[in-house]
Amino acid sequence: MADAPNRRSFLGLGAALLGAFSLSGCTDLSSQAWVLGILGEVENLTRRAQRLFAGGHALAPEYAKSDIAATFRANGTLNPNTNEYAAHLASGFKDWRIDVGGLVEKRLSLSVGDLRAMPSRTQITRHDCVEGWSCIGEWSGTPLHLVLAMARPKPEARYVVFYCADPMGDVTIDAKGNIVQPPYYYESLDLLEATHPQTILAYKLNGQTLPVEHGAPIRLRAERQLGYKMPKYVKRIDLVDRFDHINGGKGGYWEDQGYQWYGGI
Amino acid sequence: MTESSELVTQGNAGTDGAADRIRKAIGLTPRKASYVFYRHTIPVRALHWINALCMLVMLMSGLQIFNAHPALYWGNGADFAHPVVSLSAVGTQQDFHGITQIGGWTLNTDGVLGASYHDGVKEVRGFPDWVTLPADSPNLALGRLWHFAFAWLLVANGAAYFAYAFASGHFSAELLPKARDFTNLPHEIANHARLRFPKGEEARHYNGIQRMAYFIVVFALGPLIVLTGLTMSPTMDSAFPFLPWIFDGRQSARTIHFLCAFSFLAFFIVHMIMVVLSGTWNNLRSMITGRYAIETEAKNG
Repeated sequence: MADAPNRRSFLGLGAALLGAFSLSGCTDLSSQAWVLGILGEVENLTRRAQRLFAGGHALAPEYAKSDIAATFRANGTLNPNTNEYAAHLASGFKDWRIDVGGLVEKRLSLSVGDLRAMPSRTQITRHDCVEGWSCIGEWSGTPLHLVLAMARPKPEARYVVFYCADPMGDVTIDAKGNIVQPPYYYESLDLLEATHPQTILAYKLNGQTLPVEHGAPIRLRAERQLGYKMPKYVKRIDLVDRFDHINGGKGGYWEDQGYQWYGGI
Repeated sequence: MTESSELVTQGNAGTDGAADRIRKAIGLTPRKASYVFYRHTIPVRALHWINALCMLVMLMSGLQIFNAHPALYWGNGADFAHPVVSLSAVGTQQDFHGITQIGGWTLNTDGVLGASYHDGVKEVRGFPDWVTLPADSPNLALGRLWHFAFAWLLVANGAAYFAYAFASGHFSAELLPKARDFTNLPHEIANHARLRFPKGEEARHYNGIQRMAYFIVVFALGPLIVLTGLTMSPTMDSAFPFLPWIFDGRQSARTIHFLCAFSFLAFFIVHMIMVVLSGTWNNLRSMITGRYAIETEAKNG
């Protein structure tokens, strides 16, 4: 044992540490399919473990009026900026329809007025963005389970897919001169999360008609999930038994970009 | 570790060994007398290195996640105008520099925090590419995959260590600080500051400062970083609504999580310094093979 530290010791340790830090080479590992496969499997473990504790319908914490943020941060699409959406906005969304279809006994086509006429739920909840920030706001809307009950999902239905009016990017023209439409935002929840009592089709934020940047006329609130699981500008709801054939196949716009389908953590 | 320590080999305690005679003949001082004892059991060594890997991946992927919103707040919601800490960039799109704000203080941290170079291009990013996993930023999706996968490994490894420590007696023999550790604390701090470390029989046990440091890290910092991590999960908050309550909100939990991570980093730095000062190779060998050399009285040939 050395009484005084010697230079060789420090240099040796420094080299060892540098070696460990070249772990940034995990960026390369991250591009390996088998690594992503293992990391992705953990998502199922996390979902099952969280469901074990949170059960079917444990409620997300609700807050007091005094906790409401002065300004509720808007993120993602702030305005769909399509001609179609602009026309709906100009007419006060009177012709906006939410079509409910797929694996249901009864197809529905609901106006915003239809939803407002149904029993509503108001909740002051915390919005958690995947980026890390949170905002508290008061949301009012129609519990999704009431809408699903009207449509009567078939026994084989497992997921609820939400299609939105906001394009994620611009129209482009490919090498052959074809017009390529950008993907539209979409999301999916399983039936457990979709029928959770706090999962609502929201049409009000803090007592006011839902603003455009927050998804007017209708956005989803799923309070036990992260923000990207709560699509804005919802115009179609489909019940499906699987989603691997829809768009990128991962169950949502951000999921298709590599984010986890399970957004509870 | 006392409960499993045993005399493995009698070292070069004698003075008439061939090596010592040669050393004497060519004018070198005789080697110090020492013996080797079995310090770390296989479970402790295995759990230690798995933990080291987990901590490294957790810290680096955590900094990648942090880069998605490089600011910390107190409370449930984020008071965007008043962060506790924030890393950002100021200037124009062509000419910007990174700054760090802590409360009302602003520091120029260009090149490291707030703005740094990646592949030769300067970009606005909280932490630089050499500490984030993956290196490119923003890559929140991959950072989260790494973080949550290794979180499971870290917790499983920690649980195994808890189980081992209690079942084997390692906890009461080595980790639990003893009354005399507190009374001896000023003396031990003074000795550490003078770089005088326990020798001989004393070196066979964790010393008082080690016991306190390991106890705090294992039983306070470890559980705290896991609980504050879980508090950031909206589903866990529905299962355990007291989580955001005990930490005074989700954003507070995120801030505490960050402080815990940097406390671990501080512990790691001190740990590395102590390893080097008290004998790098002896310490490293004892954590790999289990064998640790203890010097006895130096014999003069």
